[in-house]
Amino acid sequence: MRRAFAILLVVMLSILAAGCGGSSNNASDTTATSAAASCDKGSLNLVHSGQLTVGTDNPAFPPWFGGNEKSPWKVSDPYSGQGYESAVAYAVANKLGFAKREVKWIVVPFNTSFAPGPKKFDFDINQISFKPARAGAVDFSASYYNVHQALVVVKGTPIASATSIAALKPYKFGAQLGTTSYDYIVNNIKPTKKPAVFDTNDAAVAALKNKQIDGLVVDLPTAFYISAVQVPNGKILGQFPTAGTPEHFGMVFEKGNSLVRCVNDALTTLRGDGALTSLEAKWLQADAPVLK
Amino acid sequence: MTGDGEGRRGVAVALLSTVIFFTLLAVAITHAPGWPEVKRTFFNWDEFKASMPEIARAFLLNVRIFLIAEVFILVFALVLAVIRSLPGPVFFPLRALGIAYADFFRGVPTILVIALLGFGAPALQLSWVPLSTTFWGIVALVLVYTAYVSEVYRAGIESVHPSQDAAARSLGLTHWQSLSRVVLPQAVRRVIPPLLNDFIGLQKDTALVGFLGSIEAFKQSQIDAAATFNYTPFVAAAVLFVALTIPLARFTDWLVARDRRRRQATGS
Repeated sequence: MRRAFAILLVVMLSILAAGCGGSSNNASDTTATSAAASCDKGSLNLVHSGQLTVGTDNPAFPPWFGGNEKSPWKVSDPYSGQGYESAVAYAVANKLGFAKREVKWIVVPFNTSFAPGPKKFDFDINQISFKPARAGAVDFSASYYNVHQALVVVKGTPIASATSIAALKPYKFGAQLGTTSYDYIVNNIKPTKKPAVFDTNDAAVAALKNKQIDGLVVDLPTAFYISAVQVPNGKILGQFPTAGTPEHFGMVFEKGNSLVRCVNDALTTLRGDGALTSLEAKWLQADAPVLK
Repeated sequence: MTGDGEGRRGVAVALLSTVIFFTLLAVAITHAPGWPEVKRTFFNWDEFKASMPEIARAFLLNVRIFLIAEVFILVFALVLAVIRSLPGPVFFPLRALGIAYADFFRGVPTILVIALLGFGAPALQLSWVPLSTTFWGIVALVLVYTAYVSEVYRAGIESVHPSQDAAARSLGLTHWQSLSRVVLPQAVRRVIPPLLNDFIGLQKDTALVGFLGSIEAFKQSQIDAAATFNYTPFVAAAVLFVALTIPLARFTDWLVARDRRRRQATGS
């Protein structure tokens, strides 16, 4: 008797589970295509209507973000409009018809920016490099910044006197998780020691300060910030020549979001009228010797 | 116990109920609206095949870490357990230290110990302090697990009836002789299953060392996942960990069963 009851219970629970899962099978697929026609503010596909929800990681580091830190944001404040990514986000928002106060910033750690399922942001702007494989999981905007990798070292250490990429081989390098800097180390520097990969900027900087790594490979603007502010006696040894296809940062969208096209239109306009170039000149330094 | 017929019927019912349960569960999951997406991002066979060799190579670092750490843990934890069971008021400071140690390292999350030691100790810039992140990861795991395992040993020591010690002492053995030849052999044998249990926990926690930058299996899977925005490499890493811990878990079960059989056989 008890056994029969247990089986019944299992069967019922399972049916219940099946029912929950199967109900709304194709409700979500149809919405994406129908709204694709217009880029009017009213017809944009948004997480919260009337508001542009933009994601980035916290802390938001210069030179990508600026201003004085304001809770919950650390190091800087995305709402300030200062720093390159903050400025670009507001410029895009402006082109889409949003006022400054209609832009809301939320914290999106890099690791969660590409999690499957519905996203909490309209787009995420967090120095994320476009890669064809990544574009299978999310949609990328067109480039808002073309990236060069650079090498940060500590003055007076043996690596600081290296002048060529070939001379870098014997050293231990570090990179941040999820950056293409790691790929650059493995594919182009090809060091003899296994590189270290850090979850966060802070961990990478700590390791460089401690001399647990000889050099840190990051994008050039970040390299300026790390060498000038975060690592005492830090120095940019140089930037690396582009290997293969040039790399660029793109904003990340939920796969199939019709908003991408509208943001791309905005970016095209901003590139066309020179706005992006002047923002780049304003917020990002780009002069470093190129390592051969 | 039941007769043979009822036993067989029991097996059949268990089998049927299991099959029904998992079939319905599978149907429920695969018919969920997000299933195609989940299948593509978590169970992508091509990604699995592509990422597995590198993750498996990185997994060797996990194996090295826990094999090295376990040796030190077993020794240090025993010392700590013995210190905590020292009798008499003279040894109070030692006992108090032992208690403080166990409290502290069981209380602080392992990942924090790893982060504090791994980035803190080398920051002292002392020439004799090793810089290797893997080294400090192992030190942190040894510190934390010594605290846990010492409690296991202590439970074993306390489970040995005081009359054993009393008998040993009455035969003229010193405290140390009684401890090392009478109490500890019985205590350690009794706690082998929980010791192996902590060993399994240690195997999993080797993944935390990746926080310091060492590329172990989880870190490698994170690198792969971030490169493709596909989580299948996490599944590949999980498979490796499980493949290592399941045999150990079954071995533990077998030890427990054997021990029970032996004790039942002798009637004690």
